[in-house]
Amino acid sequence: MTSPIAPDLPATGRMPARPRAGVWRQLLKRRLAVLGLAIVAIVVAGAILAPWLTGYDPNEQMFDGLTLEGAPLPPDAKFWLGTDLLGRDLLTRILYGARTSLIIGIVANGVALLIGTLVGVTAGYFRGWIGSVLMRFTDLMMAFPALLLAICLAAVFQPSLWIVAMVIALVNWVQTARVIYTETSSLSEREFIDAERTIGAGAPRILFRHILPHLLPTIIVWGTLGISTTVLLEATLSYLGIGVQPPTASWGNIIFENQTYFQAAPWLVFLPGAAILALALAFNLIGDALRDILDPTQRGRV
Amino acid sequence: MSASAANKPTGAAAAPVGSPAGRPVLEIARLSVSVRGEDGERDVVSDLSLTLKRGETLCIAGESGSGKSMTALAIMQLLPQPAARISSGMIQLGEIDLATLNERQMQRIRGDRIAMIFQEPMTSLNPVLSIGRQLVESIEAHTDLTRGEARRRAIEALTAVRIPEAESRLKQFPHELSGGMRQRVMIAMALVLKPDVLIADEPTTALDVTVQGEVLELLRDLQREHGTSVILITHDMGVVAEMADRVIVMRHGRMVEEGKVADIFARPQADYTRELLAAVPRIGTGAGRQGFRETILERPTQVAFINDLHVGFDLRGGFFGQVNRRVHAVEGVSFSIAPHETLALVGESGCGKSTTAKALAGLVPYQGDIVIGGRNLSGLGRDERKAVRRDVQMIFQDPYASLDPRMRVGDLVAEPLLIHGIASKQDRSERVAALFERVGLSADQMELYPHEFSGGQRQRICIARALALRPKLIIADESVSALDVSVQARVLDLLKELQREFGIAYLFISHDMAVVENISDRIAVMYLGQIVEMGTRDQVFSNPRHPYTKRLIEAVPVPDPAKRRPRFARLDQEIPSPTRKIGEPPPKLALKDFGNGHLVAVS
Repeated sequence: MTSPIAPDLPATGRMPARPRAGVWRQLLKRRLAVLGLAIVAIVVAGAILAPWLTGYDPNEQMFDGLTLEGAPLPPDAKFWLGTDLLGRDLLTRILYGARTSLIIGIVANGVALLIGTLVGVTAGYFRGWIGSVLMRFTDLMMAFPALLLAICLAAVFQPSLWIVAMVIALVNWVQTARVIYTETSSLSEREFIDAERTIGAGAPRILFRHILPHLLPTIIVWGTLGISTTVLLEATLSYLGIGVQPPTASWGNIIFENQTYFQAAPWLVFLPGAAILALALAFNLIGDALRDILDPTQRGRV
Repeated sequence: MSASAANKPTGAAAAPVGSPAGRPVLEIARLSVSVRGEDGERDVVSDLSLTLKRGETLCIAGESGSGKSMTALAIMQLLPQPAARISSGMIQLGEIDLATLNERQMQRIRGDRIAMIFQEPMTSLNPVLSIGRQLVESIEAHTDLTRGEARRRAIEALTAVRIPEAESRLKQFPHELSGGMRQRVMIAMALVLKPDVLIADEPTTALDVTVQGEVLELLRDLQREHGTSVILITHDMGVVAEMADRVIVMRHGRMVEEGKVADIFARPQADYTRELLAAVPRIGTGAGRQGFRETILERPTQVAFINDLHVGFDLRGGFFGQVNRRVHAVEGVSFSIAPHETLALVGESGCGKSTTAKALAGLVPYQGDIVIGGRNLSGLGRDERKAVRRDVQMIFQDPYASLDPRMRVGDLVAEPLLIHGIASKQDRSERVAALFERVGLSADQMELYPHEFSGGQRQRICIARALALRPKLIIADESVSALDVSVQARVLDLLKELQREFGIAYLFISHDMAVVENISDRIAVMYLGQIVEMGTRDQVFSNPRHPYTKRLIEAVPVPDPAKRRPRFARLDQEIPSPTRKIGEPPPKLALKDFGNGHLVAVS
């Protein structure tokens, strides 16, 4: 190219022909993502290995677990994190509670995300009467107090871990649906979607190959944010007596059971609270990193 | 920012033409603007010096990335913060070095002494304030006039830019005005405070060609009246020839050449200027396609035949949201295209040319007949229609928007083959590689993403994609208008080559008459959803019969300062709208044959 006019052919200088490193490898290159992964790994390991990590039963009320006045014990050599108001080992309950919280956080939130995405994409892409019906229904759900709805649903079904997960999913999909709807409808207006139609692409191909990849960052961000919301909602429901039924431990009901001792034994509220916070933060960190990695337009850009 | 340079004696070298003080109005000395990016600072304007005399029009011409807009923003001190900054040099306005002023001091200069007009008038006007309020506010901000006096000044300014019924327009909002009217409001706003310098950054690029002519002439008249100095930034050499006293050609942030407009066009010194001028499409040079028509006329077969095509969009309004108005976007359009032939559809924005293309590509519902390869689409089932549509492919205007940014370009080009189940996996990638080579890209680039290519390269990818199915007809909807002229010329050459090689027919949609003359065999001129004139290129260009066609051809700025148009017929009114009440369809134009298939609408 000796032409003095800006060549539109190669030689733009910047031709990043690097191979696409695996998402996993890129994730490990980011310090904050590694921190998030580490926290999640610790929580998962704690939940799975709980029976081997402590010698206590989570529901066992121990005689030596309370002071003579009947107050919880502070952390000591025997009960590493102290005991709760019924004389149960707090560490054991937090470890077993991680199971509940992870199941709720992942299953409930996953189902909510799935419903929200499905409704949002369908309404946003097809519009017309089906879009109107779906979105009016979403608006209706949004206007309805989520907690009230959850109470109604929980009253109808017999509360169990899985039912609680489903109830949380059923009230939590609406925000996702709204956001996904807006994004899908603006995406389907974009010219490259028209370009896909002109080469003969049908709706499934456009939806799965061209619209969903663009929604992925939003889904990931909402997914990771939603985990903290769902964990907290589970705690609220547990407190109202319609969540995970005692004596099964969950981080939420540990806090609510022990809140009366907030001043005398703050660790009873503080430690499970810190666990919720750490897990939510960890998922957010991973989500942020994934969003950046999965967006190819962010690579090699000035 | 070098304050030391501010005290340097200036203007000694500049000729004191027309300037009472013998000094230029604006002087830029050794200006560099740098932008901070991932890989450190990079100069986007380097070492630029220029002077602007009173009453002079200085054009800064150059292609995208030449630093012309950055220069304008540097003068206004509106560089995107915090990424860009003036790294050295001074900008002297009279006694003041603008580069040393703070934001507060600069606010008093902006609007009052230097004003700017941007490319897109819709985005530079506040959409929620009436134009009257915006005008009055800017007058009040800079003068001591009362509300009533400011209002009177505003009306005067709108009258000066030839906006009819100026007083009643004050209450209107930007979206109620057409693009040309909006740009006039911008000019009124810029000139109402009688600034010394007006910077116009591509002021007519977003406008239709007939409106462009009016706006340019308006600028010229106002400049003559007020003695304003104008810096006009443009990529369009036609506009340069029309407007400039002096020209600066820029490339990669540096000045390539500077001179009087006549010298630049007649005796360009730099190689780059020469190439730039050579690449500009000109009306009257579309030779080399003669002798072509005969071969087409012999062939009775037609790739596409469109008969009485109607596309309309219903608008809802009123209390119950019932359908009460209808946009008659395409109103009874008929034409046909033969193999090897390029039919150009020309007209201004809103005339229905793109809607016609979309109907043909199956993107909007229509009434009427679209016959492709002898099969009428309206009578076919879904799968059959998909098969027939394979023969019609489309290249869109904006190569940045028409490729999915999350897919590798190789996959994008392979996609049509995949969808229609053509070729095995191995065979497919070979075919894609061949397509890449054919459009002038290399097969190693298949692994890259669209954003890693330049505009011209992306348009080549779109062409490769359209070619993948070996279509009989390619619709090119303004496919080269977003590209720089030099790139544009090469993409047009590629399209012509492909036509010779594969016998593809093109439906070429454009607003640019010079490009159209360069590539087309036949031309159809559209106005308000109907064809007003259709014929061979020679018939339409050398013997235009419909007044609208004449106007359209006259409006194109000629890239030759020796052929400046005397005065341009003015319209000064809103273009009629294709939106009509239900039950009041627009009158249908009858086309009359003036010999050899030269059809012209007669009323």
